[in-house]
Amino acid sequence: MTLSLSLPQQGLRRYTSALSPLAWAAVLVVAVVVAVSVFAPALAPYDPDYVDLNNVLAGPGAQHLLGTDALGRDLLSRLMVGGRTSLLGPTLVVLGSTLLGLLLGLAAGWSDGWAGKVLGRAFDILFAFPALLVSMLAVALFGKGLVAPIIAMTIAYVPYVARLTQGLVVSERARPYVQAYRVLGFRTPWVVLGRVLPNLIPTVGAQSALNFGYVLADLAALSFIGLGVQPPTSDWGAMIEESRGALLGGYVLPAFWPALVVVVVVVAVNVIGEEISDRIGGKLS
Amino acid sequence: MSVMDAPAGEPRSTQRHTTTPGRAARPRRLRFVLGKLFSLLLTLFIASLAVFFSRFLVPGDPARFLLRGRSPKPEALVEITRQFGLDKPAWEQYLNWLGGILHGDWGRSLTYRQDVSDVLLNRLPTTLQLVALAAVFITLLGLLAGIIASLNKGFGDRFILVTLTAAGAVPPFVAAIALVALFAVQLGWFPSFGSGDGFLGRVWHLTLPALALGITYIAFVARVTRSSMNEQLVREHVEVAMSRGLTRSSVVVRHVLRNALGPILTVSGVMIAGLLVSSAIIEQTFGLTGIGQLLVQSIDRLDFGVVQAIVMVVVTAFVVVNTVVDLLQPLIDPRIAAGTETR
Repeated sequence: MTLSLSLPQQGLRRYTSALSPLAWAAVLVVAVVVAVSVFAPALAPYDPDYVDLNNVLAGPGAQHLLGTDALGRDLLSRLMVGGRTSLLGPTLVVLGSTLLGLLLGLAAGWSDGWAGKVLGRAFDILFAFPALLVSMLAVALFGKGLVAPIIAMTIAYVPYVARLTQGLVVSERARPYVQAYRVLGFRTPWVVLGRVLPNLIPTVGAQSALNFGYVLADLAALSFIGLGVQPPTSDWGAMIEESRGALLGGYVLPAFWPALVVVVVVVAVNVIGEEISDRIGGKLS
Repeated sequence: MSVMDAPAGEPRSTQRHTTTPGRAARPRRLRFVLGKLFSLLLTLFIASLAVFFSRFLVPGDPARFLLRGRSPKPEALVEITRQFGLDKPAWEQYLNWLGGILHGDWGRSLTYRQDVSDVLLNRLPTTLQLVALAAVFITLLGLLAGIIASLNKGFGDRFILVTLTAAGAVPPFVAAIALVALFAVQLGWFPSFGSGDGFLGRVWHLTLPALALGITYIAFVARVTRSSMNEQLVREHVEVAMSRGLTRSSVVVRHVLRNALGPILTVSGVMIAGLLVSSAIIEQTFGLTGIGQLLVQSIDRLDFGVVQAIVMVVVTAFVVVNTVVDLLQPLIDPRIAAGTETR
């Protein structure tokens, strides 16, 4: 047993300095995809819903950089605009579940007695509900679209953040600096939110980055089976669904581009999450 | 026991026994098993509450909610009210529903005009076969890739690791589309639709779906195998086994792989649940008449009773599998039941 005396309060800086080239590439990919999606209405060369039946399933060319789909719609424009719905859902889910999870996890980790135990047990029970299944139940209740799955997934992802936070808080609470603040008489909320919380952010952030990838894939899958984003709204999952007919006819590109973007974004956020996780000593499962 | 199992290199002072392990093991093991069974029942009870009362989140008349998309004729409203007991208090409706489920009476499907249990039983085999085949692929391909990666150093290891990382990020539905494009459309080796007849036809039809379903976990199992084998390979008991002149393959199988299996078993519960849930998407994609496709179709056709039943089945399967895994773990690694795991 060695007593760790390193000061943990250096904040985020030591985690952001000197990322590996792979992680930089991942950050760059995510930044570009987000930027293109945000400014899609201005950047997209065509109206993503414009049907051009004279130009069906065209290959990539000067007119349409990535080609067109079975209705002659420009794939690049649909991809860019589709990024908005495809990224908005995971962003909301990750923000909501991280905030709720941090809050509940802090409360569970800080309370010694039965409250912590009850909350911990509640997180365990929530784990029994797979996110995709809960989203499907929500769609069955409230109808197709993105609203119901987003709310359902937010709840389903809370335990991933909350249980992690709870474990971290329990181990953090036993460290000398927290003891010192308590002995010196600082108020609990100040210690928890001002001194303990910043030390949790890298680990929880890594988990949330990984969650982002899962949620993106799950929401795209929901749109793919027709329960999420409804046509003609462009969305990466819905685009893959729309191109299935063309795919069976041998036209791979309309399905390939959105599939590629989904995989690249998921790989990128996984790389970022794992990079953070590696730096803090692999505390994630 | 547990002290004997600890690797020789680790300090024994970290393991404290207040009682002699042999005498204390039995009640502790019993408490461990009872604790797991209690949390299984508690989780199932709360799951049943959540699944049943989720319907009460929808505002408005429950009879009209259950009849959405169908003509709300007065006699239909009367029939649905009688069938679901909607005129009774909520807790009585719940008790009737739960009692029905425990007795095998799962209500009737509005779409199929059949008992839900019959519809489910008809479709169960396809889903189980799909998940079983996926599990076979995951075990074989995952272990194989992991073992090859950990026994090759340098380029081979890097190459497999990068491939696995990429494969692990491919969502099952994207994998399904890619496999169909390559093996069904371009090469024509496998069918892209339907479940097939006879044993070989079934396996032939389920190969692409099972691969698509399993891809994330193939990559996952391979990565876990690789890292936990790497961990084991440098340990002293492996060195001792090598120095005794045993062949490399027998050392790998009996001394490295056996110890590396723990982490894989830990995740297998979550894995099977993930397979069951993702099978909804895969079955829908490949037109397989399983429970997953039934779930998607029932959501589409607003047949809420069936949706409720399937959600309950999947959650139950998930919780039961996880409990079984938890109970099996001490048999593989006695340190877990003794509460002195030293990893």
